[in-house]
Amino acid sequence: MKKLMIALVALLPTLVFASAGNVHLDKAQYDLSDKESLQRGAKLFMNYCFACHSTGYQRYQRIANDLDIPENLMKENLIFTDSKIGELMVNSMDKKEGVKWFGNAPPDLTLEARLRGADWIYTYLRSFYKDETRPFSVNNTVFPDVAMPHVLEELQGIPTAIYETTVVDGVEHKKIVALQSNEQGEMSSDEYDNAVLDLVNFLVYAGEPNKLERESLGVWVIGFLIILFILSYLLKKEYWRDVH
Amino acid sequence: MLKKLVTGTVDWIDARIPMTETWNKHLAQYPTPVNFNFWYFFGSLAMLILVNQILTGIWLTMHYNPSAEGAFASIEYIMRDVPYGWLLRYMHSTGASAFFVVIYLHMFRGLIYGSYQKPRELIWIFGMFIFLALMAEAFMGYLLPWGQMSFWGAQVIISLFGAIPFVGDDLTLWIRGDYVISGATLNRFFALHVIALPLALVVLVFLHIVALHEVGSNNPDGIEIKQKKGSVPSDAKSKFTFHKQYSGKKDIIDAIPFHPYFTVKDIMGVAGFLIFFCAVIFFMPEGGGYLLEAPNFEPANGLKTPDHIAPVWYYTPFYAILRAIPDKLIGVVFFGGSIVILFFLPWLDRCKVKSMRYRSWKHKLNITQFIISFIVLGVLGALPATPLLTKIAQIGTIGYFGFFIALWVYSKNEKTKPLPTRLTFK
Repeated sequence: MKKLMIALVALLPTLVFASAGNVHLDKAQYDLSDKESLQRGAKLFMNYCFACHSTGYQRYQRIANDLDIPENLMKENLIFTDSKIGELMVNSMDKKEGVKWFGNAPPDLTLEARLRGADWIYTYLRSFYKDETRPFSVNNTVFPDVAMPHVLEELQGIPTAIYETTVVDGVEHKKIVALQSNEQGEMSSDEYDNAVLDLVNFLVYAGEPNKLERESLGVWVIGFLIILFILSYLLKKEYWRDVH
Repeated sequence: MLKKLVTGTVDWIDARIPMTETWNKHLAQYPTPVNFNFWYFFGSLAMLILVNQILTGIWLTMHYNPSAEGAFASIEYIMRDVPYGWLLRYMHSTGASAFFVVIYLHMFRGLIYGSYQKPRELIWIFGMFIFLALMAEAFMGYLLPWGQMSFWGAQVIISLFGAIPFVGDDLTLWIRGDYVISGATLNRFFALHVIALPLALVVLVFLHIVALHEVGSNNPDGIEIKQKKGSVPSDAKSKFTFHKQYSGKKDIIDAIPFHPYFTVKDIMGVAGFLIFFCAVIFFMPEGGGYLLEAPNFEPANGLKTPDHIAPVWYYTPFYAILRAIPDKLIGVVFFGGSIVILFFLPWLDRCKVKSMRYRSWKHKLNITQFIISFIVLGVLGALPATPLLTKIAQIGTIGYFGFFIALWVYSKNEKTKPLPTRLTFK
């Protein structure tokens, strides 16, 4: 253990900053004030994601309140465990089972949008492609060799990757240049993008449910401070008249 | 009737503790140089932030759970379930960065106007201890959210002590209270963060001000407002009444009482500062990932190293110095030395003239290169190290230490401009 620590520390200055490679991310044009989008996102999340991913830092009740979902509808349609509405949104998946099934326990997603950013999630969920070498026969261009299957397959279908082969110094490099839909999903490509955007919107909301309140309160606070600043400037000027 | 009651109460207290006396001595009849400029706002602002940190900290402590199992979740509990908990938390996290902004500007002020020089050496020394305590305070506070960056940032910094020969390993073990960063580390950091260091900070701030009021403030001209008794013609003396402790022994020129003149001016400074401070709190609390780092939204995991471990921005200049040196032990020595050397500034500067305004071009150039080096190091400390950037960091390190060496050399026989006899307004 000690040796490992020493090795780690010795490596740190160099290792620390090996960066993870840059993937182009599409911009997610989400809108936190669009409650219908957030409701659709919540529905998608509870139906497709929640079986494996908890959002264990937030409560059902909070979502119902913030998204204008009546409590009875919330209970009937969006709470799939025997949780009470005031409880935290923890699914019933056992961590050890998760590791057994996927190799990694599926992470909690409450703060995923703050951790990786909305654009990352938006691009990631639209970047699965068919790859028979992987356990679930899918891979992802944003998160190579991801342990997660393409859960939204019934909506999108499974795209196939189009490769471009370049030869650099006599070595062939295969690079994915595009993903092509297999037209097997329930949704068209645009519909799917919009559905993912709803989901992203919901995750951004979940990451910081107070964001809209914070910003609207902030306008008043700054407005007040500007007035305070002007008044305090005038007060200072008045007092300092007998100095100059 | 009411007036009688008030004066009666004041007299009653004054007969028991020196309330009015202290008020006069340190505020209403305290002589303050009349030409304080923009750079003189940051002392009172630092005090404001200290109060902000203590008050928001008390309320955060009421809801925070200092355990490896519960810490991360309790922060999210504060952010979601505690009424205005998000505001308390952002005020505290933004306050930490704001504290360093104002402290760095406050130190810069001392640097350019020579406020550290005789007779104000102790003010500078107490100030440096405040800076040191603040760095420790912020470092320990950063572990408390128990996110990935909390964990790995602490891991990197604590491991530095391991470079010390002979006692290094035992020392890191003693600091962590465990072989790795763990709940034991979190608990002791919590104790130090919420009581030991704040207490030390408050005491040091008190001493800083006691020392300041004993000798009085410097000013942008770097000349004294207290002249030898009888040396100043009566029409040149300040028209204000000052406490006899100051006016009894000296003739006072170009000074005004701190209260009300600088209290109203500082209120204006506070309002101006709060506009920027609140803009960050309400509109960009993550500060583009520099105030709250994205990896810290993932709970600490000792088995998963983040791609890029960078300290919070206010440590980056010193961290860049550490990384610029290829050898770990020497790197740590320079890292420590970069802070220790600041303590000796009053004795490294041998010039009799304080303010940059009346000093040589060499001094102005030296300060300029020092500030550039410091900022460049700060930027580099936040970036991944590449061979080119490491080279630049090495040059920055030379610039940083070179400032002190050059200062010591040229300040002995520095060619300075004549000092004014009265304060000027520029």
